[in-house]
Amino acid sequence: MSLDFDSARMPNPNLREEHHEWRTQLRRFIDSEIIPYAEDWDEAGHIPIELWPKAAAVGLLGLGYPEQYGGISEGIDSWHSWIANEELARIGVGGIPASLMVHGIGLPPVLNWGSDELKERIAPPVLAGEKHIALGITEPGGGSDVAQLATTAVRDGDHYVVNGSKTFITGGMRANWVSTAVRTGGEGAGGVSMLLIPTDAEGFSRTQLDRKQGWWASDTATLYFDDVRVPVENLIGEENQGFLVIMTNFNGERMAMAAAMEALGRVCLEEAVEWARERKTFGKRLADHQVIRHKIAQMKQRLNATQAYIRVCFETIEAGNPNPGDIALLKVQASETMEFCAREAMQILGGIGYMRGSRVERIYREVRVNAIGGGSEEIMRDLATRQYGV
Amino acid sequence: MKVLVAVKRVVDYNVKVRAKADGSDVDLNNVKMAINPFCEIAVEEAVRLKEAGTATEVIAVSIGDKACQEQIRTALALGADRGIQVETESNVEPLVVAKLLKGVVDKEQPQLVILGKQSIDGDNNQTGQMLGALANMPQGTFASEVVVDGDKLNVTREVDGGLQTVSLNLPAVVTTDLRLNEPRYASLPNIMKAKKKQLDVYSPADLGVEVTSHLTQVSVEPPAERQAGIKVEDVDQLVDKLKNEAKVIS
Ligand SMILES: Cc1cc2nc3c(=O)[nH]c(=O)nc-3n(C[C@H](O)[C@H](O)[C@H](O)COP(=O)(O)OP(=O)(O)OC[C@H]3O[C@@H](n4cnc5c(N)ncnc54)[C@H](O)[C@@H]3O)c2cc1C
Ligand SMILES: Cc1cc2nc3c(=O)[nH]c(=O)nc-3n(C[C@H](O)[C@H](O)[C@H](O)COP(=O)(O)OP(=O)(O)OC[C@H]3O[C@@H](n4cnc5c(N)ncnc54)[C@H](O)[C@@H]3O)c2cc1C
Repeated sequence: MSLDFDSARMPNPNLREEHHEWRTQLRRFIDSEIIPYAEDWDEAGHIPIELWPKAAAVGLLGLGYPEQYGGISEGIDSWHSWIANEELARIGVGGIPASLMVHGIGLPPVLNWGSDELKERIAPPVLAGEKHIALGITEPGGGSDVAQLATTAVRDGDHYVVNGSKTFITGGMRANWVSTAVRTGGEGAGGVSMLLIPTDAEGFSRTQLDRKQGWWASDTATLYFDDVRVPVENLIGEENQGFLVIMTNFNGERMAMAAAMEALGRVCLEEAVEWARERKTFGKRLADHQVIRHKIAQMKQRLNATQAYIRVCFETIEAGNPNPGDIALLKVQASETMEFCAREAMQILGGIGYMRGSRVERIYREVRVNAIGGGSEEIMRDLATRQYGV
Repeated sequence: MKVLVAVKRVVDYNVKVRAKADGSDVDLNNVKMAINPFCEIAVEEAVRLKEAGTATEVIAVSIGDKACQEQIRTALALGADRGIQVETESNVEPLVVAKLLKGVVDKEQPQLVILGKQSIDGDNNQTGQMLGALANMPQGTFASEVVVDGDKLNVTREVDGGLQTVSLNLPAVVTTDLRLNEPRYASLPNIMKAKKKQLDVYSPADLGVEVTSHLTQVSVEPPAERQAGIKVEDVDQLVDKLKNEAKVIS
């Protein structure tokens, strides 16, 4: 093939031998353990619980986390993570990485801000794939305006008493713990804390959100807290400092999402090019019609730009001086690129692209969750201009 | 029991290779390279022997320029204990490889040497057999099952008529066929650990071997392109074409 998932990836001089090896081995894992079943899992609406320990064994779950908790951090850098996100995106079933890797947003608050006792209790079983954690920020009353969240946690002796609800929580049905944003103080950002809530606590209940546009393989839940008593030891970071915990968590999530979105766009390119080289209309290959050639070129052009932007952001992270404004806009760059590639690939596939069972059809349905979740495009632009001091 | 495994760097089996414009060779520019699939099966078999407690040490050896250290590292990530590179300049022919491997065998004294039955680039299918002869070791080629039985090795071979089992005295040489096992994938921790495993580099002179050449590659060209098929109108036309064009029936 002339332009495929691999050849459409521009060279990255930061990659060393072990990065390429990681890609090779991870791809083998995904090709044998995930891809043959991916579509069935998506239709069934969940992935089997056995996948987590397998993903732990190959090194996916522990990637980048401290060795002392069962993670793999020695010699590991952003390039390993980029590769993992690309390869998981290549499956073309967004619900699988969303659910399998949800500890990527649920666990960092605990590891970055939690007490040693909390880290030792929570991180090892999560990184081994034996227990599950989720992140609960969004509420039925709103997601973008985190500072206005309404779930309350009132101190009562050595417990907090939690009341309220969270919704759109990825992995929420399966989670043993939820890193939850709660209001412990007054109004606004200064009254928010992060609390690790165990889902076996009395007064906790949950329901599965019904029928999503995409991400079918990923469970998404609404959580209810009805006088749930949570020990104060489960506080993550300091009381009323939760907003900082939430905001620092977002950079990692946005980088992971951007890396995945670019790769999903690349899957669309691969499928479209393969089809355009085979399909004939009006006596020649689709790929020989100038209109189609331009579509392919425009997809590649935007993918190139996004790849380069991702690389620069990872380089700043590696150098220890990331710019949250740039990362926020990268997320927009990536979702717009994914959206464009999904659209153009669907056009090139024509009627067949409309049928269920192809990666492009699924990716097309999964554009919006990427453009809205983890910080919507509007909110990202707003955040960036504030960061830039405009 | 010490096991020596030979691994070769070849073009990844997913890659559709192209001939160079001047027809001198296959174009290896910017092509993904990998461990030869049959060699990977050899590594897997050795690692399984180690996991079963039969093998005590697994050594992966590759012959080639510095780049082949990547394939040795892959073998180390898959579970080999240490690596040896015999540094040679370019592609060496099977007889020289066999002589160099014999040199490594003399140095390391393994009880078992496992190789792929062939590599997917040259498809020579010679090295294992030549090594057996040079090292004066019995050989079980095209293995689909390997069972250690005391100081003997029972090797089930895939031969034209079916399966044949031979019993070899150790030390012995085995070459792997496709159905011997299904190689594992390496985990990230093992990839990282492999970076720290010992990898020794020898020159052919260290092993007392002179690199010679008896073969010259004359030209490389792609296979002729197949003509597109046609749809026949009816059975009569099919029979006519089979008779008069393909001449497969009379
Ligand atoms: C499948 C899925 C999984 C999810 N998983 C999780 C999870 O695991 N954990 C979690 O906490 N959340 C999760 N979310 C929630 C997600 O983070 C929110 O949907 C997102 O933050 C947007 O919030 P909202 O849906 O309440 O929209 P709203 O905040 O109501 O926004 C609606 C629209 O208005 C725009 N808007 C809002 N404010 C402004 C403004 N000031 N200026 C301009 N435009 C504005 C937004 O951009 C958006 O387009 C998930 C969502 C989905 C769909
Ligand atoms: C749900 C559904 C219902 C349908 N119902 C009916 C129906 O009831 N009856 C019926 O007859 N058909 C029906 N169709 C088929 C539909 O009309 C075709 O899908 C449509 O005409 C496109 O044809 P195609 O899918 O073969 O794509 P192609 O013709 O293969 O085209 C693929 C892509 O290439 C582009 N392209 C083609 N030629 C050129 C060119 N020369 N220059 C530039 N671009 C070009 C097209 O715009 C398209 O984007 C249906 C399709 C769907 C998905």
